[in-house]
Amino acid sequence: MPEPDLCEISVPNRIGFRFPGLDVPKSELPKGLVREVLPLPELYEVDVVRRYTRLSQLNHAIDTGYYPLGSCTMKYNPKINEDMARQPGFAAVHPLQPIQSVQGCLALMYDLQEWLKEIGGFAGVTLQPAAGAQGELTGILIIRAYHKDRGDHKRTKILIPDSAHGTNPATSAMSGMTVVEIKSDERGNVDLEALREQCDDTLAGIMLTNPNTLGLFDEHLEEVIHMVHEAGGLVYGDGANMNALLGILRPGDIGIDVLHYNLHKTFSTPHGGGGPGSGPVGVRSHLVDFLPSPIVTITDEGDEETPPIYGFYSPPKSIGRVKSFHGHFGMMVRAYTYMLMHGKEGLRKISEHAVLNANYLLARLRHVYHVPYDRICMHEFVAEGHWEDAPEIRALDISKRLMDFGFHPPTNYFPLIVHEALMIEPTETESKQTLDAFADALITIAQEARTNPEILKTAPHRTPVGRVDEVKAAKDLILSCGVSVEEEE
Amino acid sequence: MFLPHTDRERQEMLAVIGVKSIEELFTAIPEKYRFPDLKLPSGLTEMEAQEVLSDLASWNDNLQEMICFLGAGAYHHYVPAVVDAIIRRGEFLTAYTPYQAEVSQGTLQAIFDYQSLMTALTAMDVSNASHYDGATAVAEAVTMANAHFRGKRNKVILSPALHPHYRQTIRTYHANTGIEFVGDEPEADLQSHPQQLADHLDTNTALVIVQYPDFFGRIYDYTELAAKTHQAGALFAVSVNPIALGLLKAPGEFGADIVTGEGQPLGIPLSYGGPYLGIFTTKKEFVRKMAGRLVGETVDNRGQKAYVLTLTAREQHIRREKATSNICTNQGLMALAAAVYLSLVGKHGLRQVAELCYHKAHYAAQQISAIEGFSLWSSEPFFHEFVVRTPIPPAELNEKLLEYGIIGGYDLEKDYPSLKNHLMFAVTEMNSKEEIDYLVTTLAEVSHA
Repeated sequence: MPEPDLCEISVPNRIGFRFPGLDVPKSELPKGLVREVLPLPELYEVDVVRRYTRLSQLNHAIDTGYYPLGSCTMKYNPKINEDMARQPGFAAVHPLQPIQSVQGCLALMYDLQEWLKEIGGFAGVTLQPAAGAQGELTGILIIRAYHKDRGDHKRTKILIPDSAHGTNPATSAMSGMTVVEIKSDERGNVDLEALREQCDDTLAGIMLTNPNTLGLFDEHLEEVIHMVHEAGGLVYGDGANMNALLGILRPGDIGIDVLHYNLHKTFSTPHGGGGPGSGPVGVRSHLVDFLPSPIVTITDEGDEETPPIYGFYSPPKSIGRVKSFHGHFGMMVRAYTYMLMHGKEGLRKISEHAVLNANYLLARLRHVYHVPYDRICMHEFVAEGHWEDAPEIRALDISKRLMDFGFHPPTNYFPLIVHEALMIEPTETESKQTLDAFADALITIAQEARTNPEILKTAPHRTPVGRVDEVKAAKDLILSCGVSVEEEE
Repeated sequence: MFLPHTDRERQEMLAVIGVKSIEELFTAIPEKYRFPDLKLPSGLTEMEAQEVLSDLASWNDNLQEMICFLGAGAYHHYVPAVVDAIIRRGEFLTAYTPYQAEVSQGTLQAIFDYQSLMTALTAMDVSNASHYDGATAVAEAVTMANAHFRGKRNKVILSPALHPHYRQTIRTYHANTGIEFVGDEPEADLQSHPQQLADHLDTNTALVIVQYPDFFGRIYDYTELAAKTHQAGALFAVSVNPIALGLLKAPGEFGADIVTGEGQPLGIPLSYGGPYLGIFTTKKEFVRKMAGRLVGETVDNRGQKAYVLTLTAREQHIRREKATSNICTNQGLMALAAAVYLSLVGKHGLRQVAELCYHKAHYAAQQISAIEGFSLWSSEPFFHEFVVRTPIPPAELNEKLLEYGIIGGYDLEKDYPSLKNHLMFAVTEMNSKEEIDYLVTTLAEVSHA
């Protein structure tokens, strides 16, 4: 049963939390500015704990089950990360404290910058962006600033492959750029002919996701990068898929000029039901002067007896700040803990096993589900969720039926270039037993599609709610319960 | 640790794939770049990593050990134990964005609660599921106003008393969108009434943005400024501190079209600057222009009430380059923290904590301004933050305070060159009278040594 609305459970004059009494004299309240109605709920602690505990139990989560959601990297989030971020030495530190009182935070940020530089092959890293999409915005603004700085004002065109995440075109438009889509060839690579046509003196750059959203490593990557650079453009790398590349390939080495990381994907900070994320951006040397300020640096090297002193600096041609303070520090603590525990060998093992798991699932499923771009994949692959002999079944039905088997569905209907796409990213933290159970479920569902399609069309059957009416939601637009509880008598 | 594979399983899996080694899976990667030798240390065990992290944490002065009078956009408040107990639950913590409604009702209804609480708190019609923080929320307000006027009005008026980080972020976001920003020029008179901002209004103005309480802690009734803004056909946005709204008139009551704010004070730890919470509420006529996720109430095919992400056609994954914002991941868990906080403290608790902040700050202001050499910069009403003129440079004062176990105020000179020797203090429910008195005696001592 769904939980009642907040306002329905509110009881006048019920008290949830008491603050200590006032220990200073009262001052006069500001005339004409005091609020008369504060329509917030009146609950007590047990109401609140039970409500949100019960709500939590309606969720599928990594901690409760397998979550093979393509392009989202739903790997296990280690518990130690949470403990580390909650230490008072990190959690109870104000962002504007004097620099000498926050040397531990700065040392951690500095080290994290250095790790991300080394992992990606970059000369500079900013930790400020709040999420992947904001990392993209940062990267595109840097590209724009780079061209402007060279007096090259007409470079406003950004090329985006048709397989890209929707954030890429949205980011470019938001940055005042024009977007041109580049089609993929029959092997899922960037179409070189289509690219060549767009390589002119208005080209600002290209946004590449590599491995791309089909889970494939672009076979022409070096050529694509070369062509864009030759035309005077820069290459943006969407790091959403970095989980395939740790210790495998450094994007900077191959010529990617700027790339965002998703600490909440690759480096195991929890997704939190839709954030917070963290989207640090790495750049090659010609772009370090444009990074958002501030960046953590060593202001005094120290010596054998005294540790270095850390501080902030603003790059000379910085695009400015992209959010308040210094970024999602709490996420940085979690990611840094994770990196420390893995080290160089461990990081490579992450990607090796992410790719092993994806190829294993692909091998188990390719004879049952059509895989349009079928070759060795990286950390994910895309299958089609339909069959000619089960014409009424769509990817959505397969996804909903998977829930009855206790699995979170794959990503549906993305990338757009695959018909009825099911995008499956197993991640490295899943065992062969889990992968087998998941593959078995998908094989069973493929049989059901022929023998009992109705059970798919009406799925899910074993979830807290059934299929929801999205049309009604958009039509009625009930977006709040109007917490306006009864006024006191 | 986190990888389950045994050697035997690896071999079985490779055999099914039809390759001999894991390396063979990476032949698509150009050989000269493949398997770089990363110059990084080897991995640590959990016990070792914990030691490294605890050591780093111990280098910081933390607010459980120090007395804090620093605010300037991030505030030291008490976080009830319930908040962390809930947001730490793996079912919330390790779930993705609730795209699959049938297995995400917990997150969806929690966001619906958050939306309900935010609209009630700000007295607005609709709230989105959050932005990254107070700065990006207000930057998105500019984007929304620009979209509302279809780029035909290109001027935005910024109060100089809007948080400096917010104004910087707005400018970064809009470096290439052709919008001109006025009102916060370095020579702007910081003591003038916000009403003066109306002088900049014209038919090209899209938006006026003020802060409430403003960056310096002052509170003004913006009713008249909002009315004038509307007369000019422009929109009016207010960036708020949500704790203050427990005591003060809601922005919806004085005619705001958009309310943004930093939600950190609602049960979110300071964490050296983030993750925090960007509040964004607006009037219902703008709901389709608002960026960010939205949860709506509906029914399922069993006739039960259910929740689902709605109006998604506005968003980047559908509209791509035609979307007004690229936001997808936002601050889901922080929105949950705020919802739990507000549900728990409720209408009585929020009023109580707001009043505690107010009275304690006024007591502190009175006491500090009575110290020789210190005086209040403004005589306007204020909430829980205030500016004082100092007899010696604030940086020096803060350094000395630190030796006495006090995190001092915010030195305003860096952001406002005209405010040399001006220090801003914030006082919250965390500061006892004893702490305030200790600050006062310490200030007197260190400023006249």
